[in-house]
Amino acid sequence: MTSTLRPPPPAPPNSPRQAQSPAPRSPRRRRSWRQALRRDWQLYSLAILPLLFFLVFRYLPMIGNIIAFRRFKPGGSIFGEYWVGLRYFRMFLTDPTFWEVFTNTLVLGTLTLLFCFPLPIVLALMLNEVRARRFKRFVQSVSYLPHFLSIVIVAAMVMQLTSVGGAANQIVGLFAGDPVAFLQKSEWFRTIYVSSEVWQTVGWGTILYLAALTTVDEDLYEAARIDGASRWRQTWHVTLPGIRPTMMTLLILNIGSFLAVGFEKILLLYNPLTYPTADVVSTYLFRMGFQSSNFSYAAAIGLFEAVIGLILVLTANLISRRTVGTSLW
Amino acid sequence: MVILGTKSDAPKTRGPVDSRGYRIFRIVNTVVLIGVVVVTLFPFLNIVARSLSEEAYIITGKVSIVPRGFDLTAYKLLMSDGLFWTNYRNTVVYTVVATLISIVLTTCYAYVLSKPQLKGRGVLVGIALFTMFFSGGLIPNYVLVTSLGMKNTIWAVVVPNAISVFNLLVMKAFFESLPSELEEAAAVDGLNTYGILLRIVLPLSKAIIATMVLFYAVSFWNSWFTAFLYIDQQDLLPVTVYLRNLIAGATSAESAAADADKVQAAATLEAVTIVLTTLPILAVYPFVQRYFVRGVMLGAVKG
Repeated sequence: MTSTLRPPPPAPPNSPRQAQSPAPRSPRRRRSWRQALRRDWQLYSLAILPLLFFLVFRYLPMIGNIIAFRRFKPGGSIFGEYWVGLRYFRMFLTDPTFWEVFTNTLVLGTLTLLFCFPLPIVLALMLNEVRARRFKRFVQSVSYLPHFLSIVIVAAMVMQLTSVGGAANQIVGLFAGDPVAFLQKSEWFRTIYVSSEVWQTVGWGTILYLAALTTVDEDLYEAARIDGASRWRQTWHVTLPGIRPTMMTLLILNIGSFLAVGFEKILLLYNPLTYPTADVVSTYLFRMGFQSSNFSYAAAIGLFEAVIGLILVLTANLISRRTVGTSLW
Repeated sequence: MVILGTKSDAPKTRGPVDSRGYRIFRIVNTVVLIGVVVVTLFPFLNIVARSLSEEAYIITGKVSIVPRGFDLTAYKLLMSDGLFWTNYRNTVVYTVVATLISIVLTTCYAYVLSKPQLKGRGVLVGIALFTMFFSGGLIPNYVLVTSLGMKNTIWAVVVPNAISVFNLLVMKAFFESLPSELEEAAAVDGLNTYGILLRIVLPLSKAIIATMVLFYAVSFWNSWFTAFLYIDQQDLLPVTVYLRNLIAGATSAESAAADADKVQAAATLEAVTIVLTTLPILAVYPFVQRYFVRGVMLGAVKG
């Protein structure tokens, strides 16, 4: 990830080791590795445990995805019993339920992106116009708060607010409507899900923008003002371009997690009545794996999801680099 | 270290006199921001009010932010529930152990990655970075943890998520910002790498380590899914899963509309559990909030 807010600080002064002429390339490469090991073995030794962690708990499961292509027997080898080729992929690609949950994922992901990406920018711009320091700090502190809550607590709060005697139904009651069991209605699920996401993430999302806003050059505003630009035009032509790198970086990250729409939250909030809109790829594979014990099938779906996620990040990153010159790495 | 955000409070006066339109904007702006505060705080106040109210008022939808029919029975009920306290203690234990492991691993790796002259550093960084964008997925992880015999042990909760790559990058950025002369001087004085890390670097890194402890502690305190997945024994669950089981049970009970005794206090009991699980976070929040903000920005400046 390159710097998102400002150019990276100057490189640290050359250490004596760096000052040595770089080792000649291929012929002496082996020897220089030996040298490096002899010189820095203590440093390398510090990396052993963390590396072990990454290899066992991050990379081994990646290899474990091989069970998507193999018959898996619970209690047997973690890499499965025998090859079955693309059988499980064909199974879910021809499964109508899979395409339903895939559509739900796209819809929920798009809605989340549409609301949870721009709203922090708007809120940050609004906060930036506040002159009373205390008030600004108070609003910031309050809006960060939901970020620190467990998803279980947020889900429990949502359930309470949308229950038959809850606050949402009190509002319905004001307009003389009949109480609605919101969480039992599939047509309400998207609204509830996206609102709770907005409630929990928007405040916290302003932090990086607020930081980026302070780095916009004051002279640019000065110049814009001399040119007769109104406040609104200053915001449009100076402020927004100033925070564009931050916007792009966060957009790329958002797109990368597009398919991973709040799995945990949906798992807590949905029920068979709301499956038509609430069931997403990750919850579907969760049920396939843990309720139907069809591990290979679920692993195939998971692998498909992870690969699409990776492609999304790479594509977004590439487009961003080509068009606005910002990229994650 | 670059500390951002201190400047952000300086009001910007971009014009000698505000135009009339801008003055109107500022009023609207303030009103909307007050609205944001109200909307953010309302659910908290609502839950507290519900936790103190009589069930009958809740079910008929008469409670908003003022408790109705003040009643502490639900608090007493939960306070006397042994399982709740066992689970609460588990949360504390899991959080402490997991945070310790995480801090040690993250600090070691971040320190190694911060050495620009180290051979193979790029590969070591890549190994960590790649996991941010591609993960093995739920099923292979589950199969692995199960086959390692970690099910129904504390290790299933504290080990599989020991290193957060984001935190790792934040720490790496911090170590890179330390002046290298100090370490070089210590090396000249005969300290080895471990000595330098323990006696020179760590004492200079108290602030960032405190931030990392907070980051990890909050995420472990809040986590529920790993425990939900790997732990079947009730007395080993963290309190988040206790709450999850309560709300999952309550919804099914609500739809069944049976089981008179339990449903009687279901809504209040839920509210009380929410209040008691959120309380520690709310209690420390005002004091630690700025460390979080600083940590996030440090991570973004030099991810």
